[in-house]
Amino acid sequence: MNLTLPLAVTGRATLAALAAVGRVALFALQTVTHLLRPPFYWKEFLSSLMQVGYFSLPVVGMTAFFTGGALALQIYSGGARFNAESVVPSIVAIGMARELGPVLGGLMVAARVASSIAAEIGTMKVTEQIDALVTLSTNPMKYLTVPRVLAATLAVPVLVGVGDAIGIFGGYVVGVNRLGFNSAAYLKNTADFLQTWDVGSGMIKGAVFGFIVAVMGCYYGMNSDRGAQGVGRATKSAVVAASVMILASNYLLTELFFTS
Amino acid sequence: MISLTDVHKAFGANRVLQGVNLTIPTGESMVIIGGSGTGKSVLLKCVLGLVTPDSGSIAVDGVDVTQTDRDTFLARFGMLFQGGALFDSLSVWQNVAFRLLRGPKKLPKAQAREVAIEKLRRVGLKPEVADLFPAELSGGMQKRVGLARAIAAEPEIIFFDEPTTGLDPIMSGVINELIREIVVEMGVTAMTITHDMTSVRAIADKVAMLHGGLIRWTGPVAEMDAATDPYLDQFIHGRAHGPIEAVR
Repeated sequence: MNLTLPLAVTGRATLAALAAVGRVALFALQTVTHLLRPPFYWKEFLSSLMQVGYFSLPVVGMTAFFTGGALALQIYSGGARFNAESVVPSIVAIGMARELGPVLGGLMVAARVASSIAAEIGTMKVTEQIDALVTLSTNPMKYLTVPRVLAATLAVPVLVGVGDAIGIFGGYVVGVNRLGFNSAAYLKNTADFLQTWDVGSGMIKGAVFGFIVAVMGCYYGMNSDRGAQGVGRATKSAVVAASVMILASNYLLTELFFTS
Repeated sequence: MISLTDVHKAFGANRVLQGVNLTIPTGESMVIIGGSGTGKSVLLKCVLGLVTPDSGSIAVDGVDVTQTDRDTFLARFGMLFQGGALFDSLSVWQNVAFRLLRGPKKLPKAQAREVAIEKLRRVGLKPEVADLFPAELSGGMQKRVGLARAIAAEPEIIFFDEPTTGLDPIMSGVINELIREIVVEMGVTAMTITHDMTSVRAIADKVAMLHGGLIRWTGPVAEMDAATDPYLDQFIHGRAHGPIEAVR
């Protein structure tokens, strides 16, 4: 057996991974530069805003509601070990606003939006609709990518904000009805401990996650292989890549926002 | 005039075009024939800049296609894609008027719709079709809508990629007739790629045969049957035996 083979395999895999990162980074950079130059397709932007924002609201809302409720139960049972049950309202609010709202909202949007963007653009690619756009003097980056990326970057922070409120409400419902908290005291506790930056940092995370989701969907769609299998692979890759990048960037943003 | 000089294109080890030389005079209808996978679509996409050749040059009216403003260059072209390539999310009239609703020559919506309906009529479709979506149309109707989109902005050059693939013989005949009529009526330069010999005889002024990455034969359609080139002879008569290897 060739002893250098494992080294060669590792090297090839590393180079391929770095090349993929470079291609995605260049694609994102291209998107930003196209965003700053006309023409801008408003109709496509508004349509994307509806798709990404409005139609994601039910799934993000439901996720947030149940997460807030479960969080209240966990903090209550965990806090009971050292007589700290009273922290439930504040921890639910801070936990939802800083972490769970943006991360779970981002992941739900990744599952719903990155997959749909990748499948739509991938299908357009394999049916020559992207080539048709080019022959009709329309830049696919401007027509397909820019409106979707801008819409997701603007819509996901709003979704996160709404998700935070619904998540906190979920905690309140469980806290008051299941754990016996006084309604007014729960609300006062929530309001007293929650700071503007808790919500603001979560919404900034949401903007970053929205950008990641749309860029990944567009990138994998534009680079889809031929046939149904190619589109399926592009869709799967877009969701996986977007989810991993959301979790990785969440860590980096948390380091940046809360440890300095 | 479109001229291709020594155009090469390879995808990995697969050398698709190996020095293509071809001239299409202004106002002529050139049909490129050849078996599946011989690079006909790649050749067409090279002219449009959808695929970049590895070497060689392509010029339209003497101007190298890589040296010209892309939007101005593409504004001279119309293209009918093999599968129609209609945009699913847009209605039929919005597909046809796509170029008229955007860009420097943008028309008001109502006027663009009128032009689209006129073009739909030109390809034999009723105005009621205008508000349907591509998924609601049959294959033949989709081709017609694709044709209407190709001619909507009155281009000087039209490309047809396998215009009759997937259609029944009668619908193929209708599309062939439409293409011929439109090409003559508009006086455009046309480049069609096909392996349907009925289309060739209906559409072509001149024929070029692509095989093995090279143009094997080119000449007027009237001389095609009398040509002695063994590749052309085997292809136009659909013989299983000859210099072109047939995979069984």
